[in-house]
Amino acid sequence: MAIEQHNRIPGGRSVDYGMEISFTFNGQKIIGYKGDTIASALLANGIKVVGRSFKYGRPRGVMTAGVLEPNAIFQLDSGANTIPNVRGTTQEIYEGMKCTSTNGWPSLKFDFMGIFGKLLGPLMSSGFYYKTFMFPSKAWRLYEFFIRKAAGLGISPRKPDPDIYDKLNHHVDILVVGAGPAGLSAALAASTSGARVMLIDEQAEIGGSLLNIPIGQTPKLDAWLASTKQIMRSSAKLQIFNRTTVIACHDHNFLVAHERCSDHLGPASTKNLVRQRLHRIRAGHVILATGAHDRPLVYSNNDLPGCFQSTAIETYISCYGVVPGKDLVLATNNDRAYRSAIAWHKTGRQVKAVVDSRINPSGSLVQQAKTLGIKLIFGAAVYEARGKGKVDSALIGKLQDGSSLEIKPLCELPCDTIATSGGSSPVIHLACHTGLRPKWNEDILGFIASNDSSSMSIIGAANGDALLNKALIEGQEAGISIAREQGFLFTDGSPPSLPVLEVNDEEPIMPLFLVPNLQRPARAQKQFVDFQLDVTAASIHQAVLEGFESIEHVKRYTALGFGTDQGKLGNINGMAIAAQEMGRPISDVGTTVFRPNYTPVSFGSIAGRGCDDLFEPIRYTALHSRHLQQGALFEDVGQWKRPWYYPKATESMSQSLSRECISVRKKVGILDASTLGKIDIQGPDAREFLNRIYTNSWSRLPIGRCKYGLMCTEDGMLFDDGVTACLGDNHFIMTTTTGGAARVLDWLENWLQTEWSDLRVFCNSVTDYWATIAISGPFSRQLLSEITDIELDGRDFSFMDWRQGSVAGVPARIFRISFTGELSYEINVQADYATVVWDALMERGAKYDICPYGTEAMHILRAEKGFIIAGQDTDGSISPIDLGLDWAVAKHKPFSFLGERGMQRADCLGTERKQLVGLKTHDPEIVLKEGSQIVFDSKQEKPMHMVGHVTSSYFSPILERSIALAVVEGGHHRMGEKVYVAFAEEEMHLAEISSSIFYDPEGKRQDV
Amino acid sequence: MFLIFCPHCREYRSEEEFHYQGEAHLVRPQDPRSCSDEEWGNYLYFRINPRGLHKEMWSHSMGCGRFFNVVRNTETYEIESTYLLEENSKDQKSKEIKSGNRTT
Repeated sequence: MAIEQHNRIPGGRSVDYGMEISFTFNGQKIIGYKGDTIASALLANGIKVVGRSFKYGRPRGVMTAGVLEPNAIFQLDSGANTIPNVRGTTQEIYEGMKCTSTNGWPSLKFDFMGIFGKLLGPLMSSGFYYKTFMFPSKAWRLYEFFIRKAAGLGISPRKPDPDIYDKLNHHVDILVVGAGPAGLSAALAASTSGARVMLIDEQAEIGGSLLNIPIGQTPKLDAWLASTKQIMRSSAKLQIFNRTTVIACHDHNFLVAHERCSDHLGPASTKNLVRQRLHRIRAGHVILATGAHDRPLVYSNNDLPGCFQSTAIETYISCYGVVPGKDLVLATNNDRAYRSAIAWHKTGRQVKAVVDSRINPSGSLVQQAKTLGIKLIFGAAVYEARGKGKVDSALIGKLQDGSSLEIKPLCELPCDTIATSGGSSPVIHLACHTGLRPKWNEDILGFIASNDSSSMSIIGAANGDALLNKALIEGQEAGISIAREQGFLFTDGSPPSLPVLEVNDEEPIMPLFLVPNLQRPARAQKQFVDFQLDVTAASIHQAVLEGFESIEHVKRYTALGFGTDQGKLGNINGMAIAAQEMGRPISDVGTTVFRPNYTPVSFGSIAGRGCDDLFEPIRYTALHSRHLQQGALFEDVGQWKRPWYYPKATESMSQSLSRECISVRKKVGILDASTLGKIDIQGPDAREFLNRIYTNSWSRLPIGRCKYGLMCTEDGMLFDDGVTACLGDNHFIMTTTTGGAARVLDWLENWLQTEWSDLRVFCNSVTDYWATIAISGPFSRQLLSEITDIELDGRDFSFMDWRQGSVAGVPARIFRISFTGELSYEINVQADYATVVWDALMERGAKYDICPYGTEAMHILRAEKGFIIAGQDTDGSISPIDLGLDWAVAKHKPFSFLGERGMQRADCLGTERKQLVGLKTHDPEIVLKEGSQIVFDSKQEKPMHMVGHVTSSYFSPILERSIALAVVEGGHHRMGEKVYVAFAEEEMHLAEISSSIFYDPEGKRQDV
Repeated sequence: MFLIFCPHCREYRSEEEFHYQGEAHLVRPQDPRSCSDEEWGNYLYFRINPRGLHKEMWSHSMGCGRFFNVVRNTETYEIESTYLLEENSKDQKSKEIKSGNRTT
């Protein structure tokens, strides 16, 4: 049965009284109106308790009307659509919404933590978790279970997100953040200049704090707002985003905004619509008109349901037509808060008293309240709320200035609502995201961001100037001058005029953060500072007492500002209380660092469309269709999909690998090697360039020949390798590892453009233009001879030669190089002819049982030959000498090539460096795990001295035993010695150091 | 995210298109073979890390593919100027930036 909206009054600006919407809150059916937030609908229906507090499990009610909300944190809907930690004060209701309290296990009415908190509350001081759950260390798993259960801030969906998210990029001349009075007037002015202006506001409609003024109260303002909306709607130069929060402000005016496109409609009615959108905005100039947040006072039991932030009262009455109680006590230290008492009074409900800490205030709002007959108590404060589960009365005391401010009990006023205001804190988060530290301003009692950037302005209440007419004027002036600075000249018109408003007389605010109590904070009823994490004034005092001096440390020790509200409501009070306790000025203590994001952002919107197939670009070779036909399984190599192995119907992986390897050794195999990086190098100085880049000499490589080369960084360590062929005196083609292609090109360009700009050389990546098909095995020559016009005889076309001709009727370059140790040809053809050549080879190869082999068999075959893979057998700390590749390092090149000097460092010349060797396990069936650590003595004490690790390890089908490559200290002179290879679970395997070439050590098979 | 003026393309482009390449104006010793280990170590590993203006090399790797230098304030992350490698950094105040077309 639905309950009636007995707190609803007519006149709410933002709700549509004609459109009822029903939803459930903790299973109870609730009726609200379209435009209501969850919080306003709950308050309209008189629901006070909306959750339990995090640490003590105390009942909590709605406190605010915006992003600051610490208590009304809900779980929405269920299943894949569930959303955790939704702020009830910003989420609009939709038909059928299911809303449950986030905290309150096992139920909101009977809360285990509430009892636990009551019993143990006095023991749970700052650093409670640090101090308590440390010992005994074995008990942590048990503690963790209860802590996690108790900590439950929402439940993540377990199913894939069914919603659609988007990203958009924008370039604008002027970005205005916040559509309150200052922002609206700035955007309006700037947009008449011809500049591209974007206005972003977090609320459902523009107006900001203007919406807090009850409709009809200031007709001039209502009219201005209406006409502004109309002008803006018809402006071609102005883009407005509502329900959009600028969450981050990065360097060079790059801002990110989070738009909630359809969250207010709910999942049911928005299938196939974008749920949220992330806007990436680069702005010529940013105007921050983000306003200010009202700051509550800190007093005992200030968390009882019925305690509000003062401006929230204005918002609920003016925007939603909701008066959240029957009788109000307002406590303040400033003039502006009187507005909420006046608004409350005008609804016909009772204001019990306005309690002002100042001695004799007489500003215009104070006068107005007096005229209305509201009881005013000056020089006093509410120091404690009383009530069981909700506010029943307020204890009011007289403030007395002794050595410090003290309180003397005055009276107890029965009431169900207490609203407080301790001043307003400018919203400076965005201004501070790029590192600016805010400064304390004594006049407004708040931190402001004094920004001297020429491309960002902070205006209105965000800059400390909260007077409405001033904000309007400041906005307009900023809009005009910034547009002019950007070069826009208002040729088509001038900004519309602003309404002339009565100016309220305001008196200064009085500093008051923690209201004095009869007892000191440790003894008094709890005085909450951060409601979401139950941080009290006492816990901050304790942190200071325990010696924390930096506000950053106090924050981390007490968890101040750690909640999903990130301390928007409590942090400034916390800093002021810490400063007071330390006996230092607030300006000296400062704030913690403001970091993105301003409000929580869903992972979905960060990912956008970049999921599944669109997560990363995928590169397919020209032969991909053929691999699919052959039933290949693929592995990712960089962005490439490479065939891993080609299992036949029922084959296991090892059976498939065995068949593929034996085919290459005994018959002929075929491999798609297209992903190898290929760089075309041309120019009169190309040969000299290679001499400098590679460790070996290229001076005498004739046209038609290829050479294996090692590339080192300047520290002498290997970073890439490959075969380069001489195509002409000024023309070479270099191959690189698949993963290193882009890095190598960048490396080459770096040297050509910086150090050696005198060399006339051009480099070009041609990886995608060529398909490379390698055929390898004893029958490869016979097979190839059937479809090529090139003479393949060993004397004419010998090992490490390349020839040009045609293969299967297609122009081709054939390189006689081998990565398997068998007779091999690598056939390079234009990529779009690849399938023709592959098909011809497969068809002609059938009689030799030609067998496609994948990267895994390729790895085994090369390891059998001791051929390294840069990046697998090397890790940036291995030199060519460590690899036993001294033969590929020139001794007498005139130019000191890259890496030469590095290799000569004392450290590189030692004989006990980790060197590449082969390992043969004692038990030939054991395949060592790659990455396993190696020791010489398995009986030594722990921690053992580790002397190297396994870099590659396989079972070799042709040798019928396991083989491994490893780096071992002084390995080159330890041939035949025994080592132990450690596995997890304390297993040790005996192995013998051997040559890294396990098969055909003389290299006869490839050179036939 | 930076907005960087590429002096080759003569346009402001987003940082995503660029790669940072370390300190600018590092010169490879003329004769590495005659360098002591210490001299070589200095060339290889030792870099300045100033607070304030820093000259650094960037490459427009997702754009024109060319290298250039940037004067960047390491405190404020403001880029004071960008200039071609062959130009002397002292002569290159912000003229490149001012003469360029903003593409916002």
